[in-house]
Amino acid sequence: MGVTQKLGNLGVVTTTLEQAINWARTGATWPLLFGLACCAIEYMSTQASHYDLARFGMELNRASPRQADLMIVAGRVTRKMAPVVRQLYDQMADPKWVISMGDCASCGGVYNNYAVVQGVDEIIPVDVYVAGCPPRPEQLMHGILTLQEKIRGERISDWALSIRQPS
Amino acid sequence: MVVDAQKPFALDMSQWQGSLDELRGLVSDRAMTGETMLLNMGPHHPSTHGVLRLLLELDGEEIVNCLPDVGYLHTGIEKNIESKSYEKAVTLTDRMDYLSPMSNNMVFCMAIEKLVDLDVPERAQVIRVICLELSRIASHLVWLGTHAIDMGAMSVFLYAFRERELILDMFEMLSGQRMMGSYLRPGGVWRDLRPEFLPALNHFLEIMPGRLDDYEVLLTNNPIWVDRTQGVGIIEPDVALAWGVSGASLRASGVNWDVRKAMPYSGYETYQFDVPLGDHGDVYDRYIVRIAEIRQSMRILHQAIKKLDTAKGGFRSNNRKFVPPPRTELGQSMEAVIHHFKLWTEGFSVPDKEVYVSIESPRGEIGCYLHGTGGNKPRRVHFKTPSFMHIQAIPVMSQGHMIADLVAIIGSVDIVLGDCDR
Amino acid sequence: MSISPAIDPVEAVSKAFSTAVKGVDHFRDETTIIVDPAQLPAVVRFLRDTAGLIYNYLSDISAVDYWDEEGSYEDRMGRFGVSYHIYSLLYNRRLRVKVFLPEENPTAPTITEIFPAANWLEREAFDMMGITFSGHPNMKRILMPTDWDGHPHRRDYPLGYETIQFSFNIEEILKHKPFAKE
Repeated sequence: MGVTQKLGNLGVVTTTLEQAINWARTGATWPLLFGLACCAIEYMSTQASHYDLARFGMELNRASPRQADLMIVAGRVTRKMAPVVRQLYDQMADPKWVISMGDCASCGGVYNNYAVVQGVDEIIPVDVYVAGCPPRPEQLMHGILTLQEKIRGERISDWALSIRQPS
Repeated sequence: MVVDAQKPFALDMSQWQGSLDELRGLVSDRAMTGETMLLNMGPHHPSTHGVLRLLLELDGEEIVNCLPDVGYLHTGIEKNIESKSYEKAVTLTDRMDYLSPMSNNMVFCMAIEKLVDLDVPERAQVIRVICLELSRIASHLVWLGTHAIDMGAMSVFLYAFRERELILDMFEMLSGQRMMGSYLRPGGVWRDLRPEFLPALNHFLEIMPGRLDDYEVLLTNNPIWVDRTQGVGIIEPDVALAWGVSGASLRASGVNWDVRKAMPYSGYETYQFDVPLGDHGDVYDRYIVRIAEIRQSMRILHQAIKKLDTAKGGFRSNNRKFVPPPRTELGQSMEAVIHHFKLWTEGFSVPDKEVYVSIESPRGEIGCYLHGTGGNKPRRVHFKTPSFMHIQAIPVMSQGHMIADLVAIIGSVDIVLGDCDR
Repeated sequence: MSISPAIDPVEAVSKAFSTAVKGVDHFRDETTIIVDPAQLPAVVRFLRDTAGLIYNYLSDISAVDYWDEEGSYEDRMGRFGVSYHIYSLLYNRRLRVKVFLPEENPTAPTITEIFPAANWLEREAFDMMGITFSGHPNMKRILMPTDWDGHPHRRDYPLGYETIQFSFNIEEILKHKPFAKE
């Protein structure tokens, strides 16, 4: 009889530290309350009761970037707003992820002109891009589930062994 | 002011001093001596309904003056439209006031129709009225949900968005897209109603009055709501007119002006509906007026559904110089092929004249100034959007109130920053 | 209080101001009065306060740039046209008052004392077209960042678009596009 089976009868599960940390991270990623334009309305619809984001642990939108893990850039980022986005991203504490929601945040969208930044990845590194104008709530949830898969694949050696020194 | 990405928290003192000089004429002298505090309610704030920056001058908790700073969502839609033909530009207008995209489509299409004198058949007019009123109800539901959640009433947010899902399903039946459908086109609408649309609309109209009563039970006589909203953010009728306020915010002050009644468009003169008015012009009156407007919209929808049976004409004008022919006609007529080719490659030409049309969007009076060139692209299109004027009027409404009241005032004025900045 | 009957705005303005009216245009059901920029505030105040006119709501201030690549705007009265759309709630009618401004230093007097709503509308015309309004309390940029160069809605200002990415030029474009790495 192995240790695992004996412990299993007592209600104990063994796993790796990596899996435990990643499970905790995916279970409660608090998004930053950051809606810019039309995609924010679809984000609010996804948050509401019909398509519920609370089942992913995301019902708490934190307004303060210090308390948020996930920044969903929902809407077009203009040149006037770009330094603000960068500052908010810098104020978020590790671990942090970015979902670029909608066409305007991913690539500039319908607007190819002087005022819109052609993709928020010019300013901040993005983990998942969600296409759509605006993306349906199901598309956004697919993007969030893709992000959760990505988080589950993260290895401790990536972030623990290369801790950045505070500048 | 550019933030250095390497040192995001470093503040350059020379830049800071520069911006203080700019403010010298705008804030009172008490701010310069430090007697009052300048607080930045920045573009990222949970209750500013979008990216609005307000510079508040505070005497303790009381607001002495408030300077709005907009432009964080300026997308250059008007300049982008100048490089597109008219039919393609309709898709860009969707994204200005993103809570009621059909109203933006409508005002732009009406401007084009006025310039080229294009007819709109009666059935198309009735369908347009149905879309506009559904859009009004959807927009007012978002307003109600977000206004209530700013003041702390969270359940209303969830209830309002539950009803809104029904309306978005109906928009999806019409145009294939939940929000930015570009369903209204010059000459009428894009395609006829699907067979599943009318049963869904009838079901919605059956359940909505009961749901609206539920919201009123939660809010209208709630002592906390009444205390927080009555007497807050009062604007007198003549001051409101002078500052360019329109729509429900103006009617809550007692001025009876609704563009649907004053200068009717799309057959509105044939519908019976009332225009709710308020007495005091405070936040509570604006709330009451908008709830009453939802009820009047449902009344209009009932009449429009009956009109659909008898309305003549198709869903779009038959003037082939401006409206592309349907696919079935292409196989039979050479002129149809030529019109199809010309309209989809180059677009139709519009004379070198200017017009200004306005409609009643859920926010207020939205106007479109369109100046043609004689060619297929506009020379200049300028939208006068209600949120632009209302944000200008927020300092007038909020002087002497506290910050918590300011949150109520911003919510009640129903601003959408995409509408303001375009 | 009795309401005086409505009078024709074009006649009234032409009688009261002998030199102000430069032209009149009627198109569809709209009336446009083209006035001399220097006398604009006086004309607008007259239109707002006179019995029988009472245009008490400012709907819109729109600026047009008549510059064209192929043609010239010499046959027009100026490079820029500023249209003031005013509305009378009492008589339920609209009127457009238009001024034409030259290319060099386009300036018009402000009407913020008459209609406070013009404050931000004139700031937007300044920001987007470069038309200054003398006497404006806060003539600053409103929609673009404060250190922006140029006036975007002018016709000779480029749209500023990024080259459309096709398979033959995607590598070139991605080499020059700034991506955030951190």
